[in-house]
Amino acid sequence: MDDVDRRIVNGLQGGFPVCDRPFVEAAASLGLTEDELIVRLRRLLDDGVLSRFGPMFVAERLGGAVTLAALQAPLERFEAVAELVNAHPEVAHNYERDHTLNMWFVVAAERPEIVARVLRAIEQETDLEVFDMPKEEEFYVGLRLEA
Amino acid sequence: MDTAETLDDVDRRLIRATQEGLPLVAEPYHAVADALGVAPSEVMDRLRRMMAQGAVRRIGAVPNHYALGYSANGMSVWDVEDDVARDIGRQVGDLEFVSHAYLRPRHPPVWQYNLFAMVHGRTRNQVEEKVGRIAELIGGASRSHTVLYSRRILKKTGLRLAG
Repeated sequence: MDDVDRRIVNGLQGGFPVCDRPFVEAAASLGLTEDELIVRLRRLLDDGVLSRFGPMFVAERLGGAVTLAALQAPLERFEAVAELVNAHPEVAHNYERDHTLNMWFVVAAERPEIVARVLRAIEQETDLEVFDMPKEEEFYVGLRLEA
Repeated sequence: MDTAETLDDVDRRLIRATQEGLPLVAEPYHAVADALGVAPSEVMDRLRRMMAQGAVRRIGAVPNHYALGYSANGMSVWDVEDDVARDIGRQVGDLEFVSHAYLRPRHPPVWQYNLFAMVHGRTRNQVEEKVGRIAELIGGASRSHTVLYSRRILKKTGLRLAG
């Protein structure tokens, strides 16, 4: 990653214009040409520096539902529990964390009742209690990760 | 406001077509429009509307934390008195190094924390230093706090919003 890549990652985390030739405008603010920016973005995506380039949708505003849930997976069957949880396509992210509640996962679906159904299914399949922690309030400013 | 009720079939197809990303071509909105069989102005108008309504938070690059060296990802959680929790949440969310702050329900006795603040750093020391600054800000309104580090990503896919 060179200085130009860093400028792109730092400068393009939002504000990509909606117009006929948006890369022209975005490239100009970074001191690049349209072609240079497109080629660089392709490479940053291919290399995994960027996970995505495009609109960030807010699930709740689209009628969807998202929750964060946690459970305590006994260490001797941690991997098996992870497999059962991950098998649900509605589970978008799942992290092992260092706490007695050692598995934390995000469930997202088009409708709230699907989220509830998935949490119940995970409880039955794993025979573990699932702690549902939907957000009650969000304070979001938006992180700019410095490359 | 219930934005969902104002989404129609074209919106849903537009979401499906772009939630994995925009095409990296000179006229990306035209390319999406071609794929959907609508006019380019239609795609652009709908995206502008969704931004105005808050259904699109922003358009741009989503960096991979790990690839940028932000491998210490700490979920700091705080047991904040209920009557000041919203106020404190807003102040914590305003800190430049906090990516998200949320109020979530407690589950006593297993889980007593109601305020979550995600803190990213290149090292655990960096995260600890930032958590210390949150502790100073919150002061006595937090009865206890801890930081949950991610040990391992067990699964990570994009949210499928309009399957």
